[in-house]
Amino acid sequence: MSAKRNVKDVKLIRRIWANMNVQKTIITITFLFVPLLLLILFTYLPFFKMVEFSFYDMGYIGTRKWVGLDNYIEVFTREDCLNSLKLSGYYLLGSIVQIAIALLFATILSFKPKGSSFFRAALYFPSLICGIAVGFIFKYFYTHGFVFDSIIQLFGVPLDSIPFWLRDTKINNWVLVASSIWRYMGQSMVLFIGAIVSVDKTQYDAAAIDGANAWHRFRYIILPSIRTIVVLNMILSVSGALAVFEIPYVITNGGFGTSTYFVLMDKLAHLNQKVGLASAMAVILLVLILIVSAVQKIAEKRMVNSYSIVSSKKRRRNK
Amino acid sequence: MKIRHISIGRVIAKTVQYAFLIIGTFSSLIPIVSCITTAFKSDAEYYNTSVMTLPDNWFNFENFKVAWQEANMGRAFLNTFIILAFVLIGNTMLSAMLAYVLNRFKFKGNTLIRNLFMVAALIPGIATQVTVYQIMSSLHLVNTMYGYIFLMLGTDIIAIYIFIQFFENIPASLDEAAILDGCNYFGVFFRILLPLLKPAIVTCAILKGVSTYNEYYMANLYLQDKSLYQVVSTSLYTFTGPMGNQYNYICAGVLITMIPIVVIFILCQRYIYVGLTQGAVKE
Repeated sequence: MSAKRNVKDVKLIRRIWANMNVQKTIITITFLFVPLLLLILFTYLPFFKMVEFSFYDMGYIGTRKWVGLDNYIEVFTREDCLNSLKLSGYYLLGSIVQIAIALLFATILSFKPKGSSFFRAALYFPSLICGIAVGFIFKYFYTHGFVFDSIIQLFGVPLDSIPFWLRDTKINNWVLVASSIWRYMGQSMVLFIGAIVSVDKTQYDAAAIDGANAWHRFRYIILPSIRTIVVLNMILSVSGALAVFEIPYVITNGGFGTSTYFVLMDKLAHLNQKVGLASAMAVILLVLILIVSAVQKIAEKRMVNSYSIVSSKKRRRNK
Repeated sequence: MKIRHISIGRVIAKTVQYAFLIIGTFSSLIPIVSCITTAFKSDAEYYNTSVMTLPDNWFNFENFKVAWQEANMGRAFLNTFIILAFVLIGNTMLSAMLAYVLNRFKFKGNTLIRNLFMVAALIPGIATQVTVYQIMSSLHLVNTMYGYIFLMLGTDIIAIYIFIQFFENIPASLDEAAILDGCNYFGVFFRILLPLLKPAIVTCAILKGVSTYNEYYMANLYLQDKSLYQVVSTSLYTFTGPMGNQYNYICAGVLITMIPIVVIFILCQRYIYVGLTQGAVKE
């Protein structure tokens, strides 16, 4: 009797189970369909087309001609392309400065001094402003005789001896880099604050008993604990430096030797209709980004490993 | 004696800290403040006074009116609002659904899909636009609002991370209990899990909302008929034209576009910080 009922139960459960499995399949397919369609249509398909285009001499309309690797050779021989690659170096240095400043403020603010929420808000707010607006703000800020020059004049410097910040090719790129730091520093800062807050607080007390000062605390407790996120940010800034667009686009429109990689690519593709060449530039950028991310993954794994070795040693010592 | 020594050190440390904070805040706010003071100056004041002098009349909204009309901002805000409404609803739903399937079901290709989205996040949007443009135009989506909305709907990895993390903290036994009570998987997602996701939805919506509101490149490329399809960021860019040197108008325009951001920031600061931190936490 009971054996019979068991068989029935098992059958019922199997049927429900089968039904649930069918449901699972249906829901998986329906829920994945649109996101995957968008992903393929607007990310992967364009990527592969881009690789294809980079081997042709072509515009948006008209016939195209197979040119093999000529576009790639052109990227590395054209003066404007080489110059824009060189400019990425400026922005790369800028992002290292940005990370340093962000670390400084994050460390100060994560100990919640009086007014910390105001300071955090003031330092973070620029990250939310539209890139075009940031461009106008700094175009106005640096134009000869305007905001920045007025501030300098307050210190008694005559206007004649102040350089043209946006036109003088010796300094204008640094000025743009500074604007870029202004825009993105807050974002790195908030990320770092998040990491520092999760550091084990008892370590600070222990260090204080040993007579550690603020620098020691930063150097020997905070920095090692948030090392992963700092290094990741540094590696990511390589691709960030190549992808600078809105700030030079609005402030100088790429004039006076400030045309970054993307500003140039945009101009070549849409103004000069050199679609093949622009595609080659994009492919080079993407390959570079993939390499950088691979390096990042490896670095991340190494750090996690070394961290776990350290902590397991500690654990052993504690025993 | 020793205690005193420490407290003097403390005072110095505090002073240095606040000096840094004040310099930082100053440099972060001065460009914006100079914009505010200029926006209230009349033409005569703008041409004759130094940047440092404050405007005579803080209620001179003339520049804002001119900027609003010149840049066709009424239209721009309306369009941006429509785009935001569709993109935010669509995007959060799609991301939550995707995260649900990826987190709750084990199937072949789960990891592959996660990786596909992760690699996609590495590709800067502008880089592939040369070919995206071709695809958009062959689908007849260029110069239409729905085409741009469709393009912006694509889920990004940050939203997926935030939702997956949230699902990980909701025990699967909840789903099972609901199923035993006769709920199916759709019911589990829409009636049980989605309401629980509210904080994550708010966070994702704010992050996506700000980035959509600020997006310029694709709006400029795909919404070409500017008399009809102006959005906020492209309308601001029109100031590079004939009014390129009249910064009292430009500053007014910049401030108008900043108002919604300021409001969102004041109301939802906490969500923004949390979202940023969560979205960045590794895998």
